[in-house]
Amino acid sequence: MYGGGYIFEESKNTESGTEDSVKLKNFEDRIAAGEKIEPADWMPAEYRKQLIRMIEQHAHSEIIGALPEGTWITRAPGFRRKLALMAKVQDEVGHAQLLYSAAETLGKPREDMINDLITGKSKYSNVFNYPAVTWADTAVIAWLIDAGAIINQVANSKGSYGPYCRALERICVEESFHLKYGHDNVVFLATGTPKQREMVQEALNRWWPPIMHFFGPSDKISVHTETLMRWKVKMASNDDMRQKFLDMYVPKIWELKLTIPDPKLKKNEETGKWDYTEPDWDEFKRVINGDGPCNKERLAVRRRAEEKGEWVRKALMRPDERYTVPLS
Amino acid sequence: MSIKSIDPRITREELPEVPDNSPLKEIHHWQTYEVFHQAKTGDHHVHVGSLHAPNSEMALILAKEQYARRYNCVNLWVVKTTDIFRTSNDEEEIFQTTPEKIYREAGGYKVMDRINKFKGK
Repeated sequence: MYGGGYIFEESKNTESGTEDSVKLKNFEDRIAAGEKIEPADWMPAEYRKQLIRMIEQHAHSEIIGALPEGTWITRAPGFRRKLALMAKVQDEVGHAQLLYSAAETLGKPREDMINDLITGKSKYSNVFNYPAVTWADTAVIAWLIDAGAIINQVANSKGSYGPYCRALERICVEESFHLKYGHDNVVFLATGTPKQREMVQEALNRWWPPIMHFFGPSDKISVHTETLMRWKVKMASNDDMRQKFLDMYVPKIWELKLTIPDPKLKKNEETGKWDYTEPDWDEFKRVINGDGPCNKERLAVRRRAEEKGEWVRKALMRPDERYTVPLS
Repeated sequence: MSIKSIDPRITREELPEVPDNSPLKEIHHWQTYEVFHQAKTGDHHVHVGSLHAPNSEMALILAKEQYARRYNCVNLWVVKTTDIFRTSNDEEEIFQTTPEKIYREAGGYKVMDRINKFKGK
């Protein structure tokens, strides 16, 4: 589901003499030539670190992202929608599995990542710190958050790290079902009774600011990512992805005669880009650092699940078992 | 005080309002398996990814959920990651001259020029 707004660490020493210059050049030449890097290949420590961080955040976002929607499974309107929502939520958890495996190939074991998630050390996408208040919220999430995720993930699937690209290719195929499913739900409500229209409009009002936050801080204020872009870790700038999203989805929202809660939103004919009210980046930072409406609940639920499952994992453990890093 | 959620099932869990930031008491790791997927009979099994499982039977169950929950599949294999032997990535040069061995390929044998020349005589 998720893909955007990764928080990269401030890079130090990325190009300093700490790496073997011949190996570094060979590595960069391979990437420039469009080759993929595989787990056993030489890579700069900084590349490994930033990739682990990014893929791990992505995986956490999938597993936490399953929570706001999962809440609605028991209350889904009708059997078909319940089946579809269960399938979608299962996909999100499956995506987390694929992504954890990709991150593991870089040397960080899965349970260490889970541990860093529930102790608050690693982040996940900020949008999941907001609640899905009504059924219509799940429709807006499935359509527009997943749409944003697809834009980001399609870009990232052309990145340089083989296991991540392979995971993303599979994920993107599944996301295309989420997008269609979400659109179907939004269209159903938007073309329904006045009450249904009101529900979907209110959900859009609630989710628009998090959606605008989704791709991460504006390029003007985000961490310097030039090296990460050259290494094909980050494939598109936050603002470019946001523009692409607006290009693709604002017309589809407007054709349903829904109102986007931003009076400044319009396509600037001169620049060809969208003008919009600058999202509230202070709120973004505040929520990411723990002060959102659902941060506590999300982590507490995740921790409880981990605690409740512990006896099962333990009961199935065999003393001769040794953890190994997955191959790819 | 416990967390009040819009989901009554979560409220009933009585999760603590004050965040618990303690690390996991014990970290358990199951072993990893590599998964091979056959889309239809007659196809090769193709490696599709990995998963964690406590034993081969569980690995197969999880592989079905993870890699065969939609589209066609007729057969799955799981293999312990540790049971796979592979060439090392820095030995890539052992394959380097292989594409040059055109005497092993059909395309390495071009006789038409010679035949045409012979016919033209």
